[in-house]
Amino acid sequence: MSDRALVVVRAGALTTVQDRGRPGHAHLGVPRSGALDGPAAALVNRLVGNSADAAVLETTLDGCALRPRSEVTVAVGGAPCRVRVDGRPVAWGAPVRVPAGAVLDVGAALSGVRGYVAAAGGIAVEPVLGSRSTDLLSGLGPAPLTNGTVLHLGRELAPYARVDVGPQPAPPGELVLRVTPGPRADWFTPEAVRAFTSRTFRVSSASNRIGLRTEGPVLERAVDGELASEGMVLGAVQVPPAGRPVVFLADHPTTGGYPVIAVVRATDLPAAAQARPGTPVRFVAVRRR
Amino acid sequence: MSLRVLPVGDDALLVEVESGEQAEALHAELLRRRAAGLLRAREIVPAARTVLLDGLADPGRVASELAVADVPAAPPREHEIVEIPTRYDGPDLSEVAAHWGVREQDVARIHAAAEFRVAFCGFAPGFGYLTGLPARYDVPRRATPRTAVPAGSVALAGPYTGVYPRSSPGGWQLIGRTDAVLFDPAREPAALLSPGTRVRFVPAGPAGSAGPA
Repeated sequence: MSDRALVVVRAGALTTVQDRGRPGHAHLGVPRSGALDGPAAALVNRLVGNSADAAVLETTLDGCALRPRSEVTVAVGGAPCRVRVDGRPVAWGAPVRVPAGAVLDVGAALSGVRGYVAAAGGIAVEPVLGSRSTDLLSGLGPAPLTNGTVLHLGRELAPYARVDVGPQPAPPGELVLRVTPGPRADWFTPEAVRAFTSRTFRVSSASNRIGLRTEGPVLERAVDGELASEGMVLGAVQVPPAGRPVVFLADHPTTGGYPVIAVVRATDLPAAAQARPGTPVRFVAVRRR
Repeated sequence: MSLRVLPVGDDALLVEVESGEQAEALHAELLRRRAAGLLRAREIVPAARTVLLDGLADPGRVASELAVADVPAAPPREHEIVEIPTRYDGPDLSEVAAHWGVREQDVARIHAAAEFRVAFCGFAPGFGYLTGLPARYDVPRRATPRTAVPAGSVALAGPYTGVYPRSSPGGWQLIGRTDAVLFDPAREPAALLSPGTRVRFVPAGPAGSAGPA
């Protein structure tokens, strides 16, 4: 009997199952979740012949190690790292056959933060509300991996290696995020609005899948008092009372009560997912499309 | 109804109105338009005084349509009432009674007499912000939030009542507890409460005993 599964040998600091998330439930308080670096997750899926909605693993900084119970094609992408099978170096960003019982070691990120590991057939955990993603804000989806976890794989759909190798952007040395102003820019002083798009911030080590937190200039409010809770979007730049902007990522809350000074363009968020703590961040105002 | 349409990024709009009632009416109208194929939006998220439309193909066109929109008052509430059996034995009962200027044993009677409606959801999957108590019963949040509020806690903050779907930190005043399951992804629908749902809290006996039907 073919036992298509991966056994987790080394779970890593934070490795979760991710797909394209569960949009459409925000009115129930359910975050969208999903891979933070969507293009990287899509690429590793393509490399192993998976459909775009197959679930992959998202690692954080220090990779993970997996042992397949039967031979399987995998691909590793996102944050660049060394990849080994039973200690032998193999390709990053390309399909790799891993024999049954061999250990696939996804090394620590050489740059960037989040690595993606696709296996042919996709990670077949039970979907929750149409998605296999782990949502760290609300606890939906499978728990983060622990050593010994067994991840069953789906059926291989297509021959692997539809592409030999996929070009991937390097993680950003400086994170430039294009923003459109509002909806609550008028809650801030003109100086704060100017500082937001002219000064340099840095990625805070308190960043996570919920939000990219920043250190740097404090943005002062022009309006005191509380904002009534309102719906929040992916990429919203929320400014809590301490005045330090937070960029909402995939596990962001669906409503919030702090004013949003601007919204980051969705196509710039994958780079935000790869920016390490300390990386300089600039917000550049652009016109709405 | 006066609407203010605020652009949010490239493909979302925040529509602001003047009251919770107006937000309810606007939400109902937007759902009607989406069901009729007149509006394509991935998410329609009501909140205290706004409705967010996210995932719009043409936000500019939707914004100009909304600027001249005729929003009828909220339609009659046709939904069944969801009853939530509640033991009114929360640790903040006496504090709430003091805020309300009533005796502790009157809190349950007053709370259970009101008909609530889910104004919006947020904070956690299945957590509804319920309105229905007269404004004189508004209470502040606790000065120090609890690090763990048990699942099923029935709680008050500002004008809202809420029920914690799972254990989480929280700063609301706890007045009781229910065994009702607020959110179960394996159930259809997963959320017991969604925006617009009518709710009544029914006093139940202490844990382990069969409460009144």
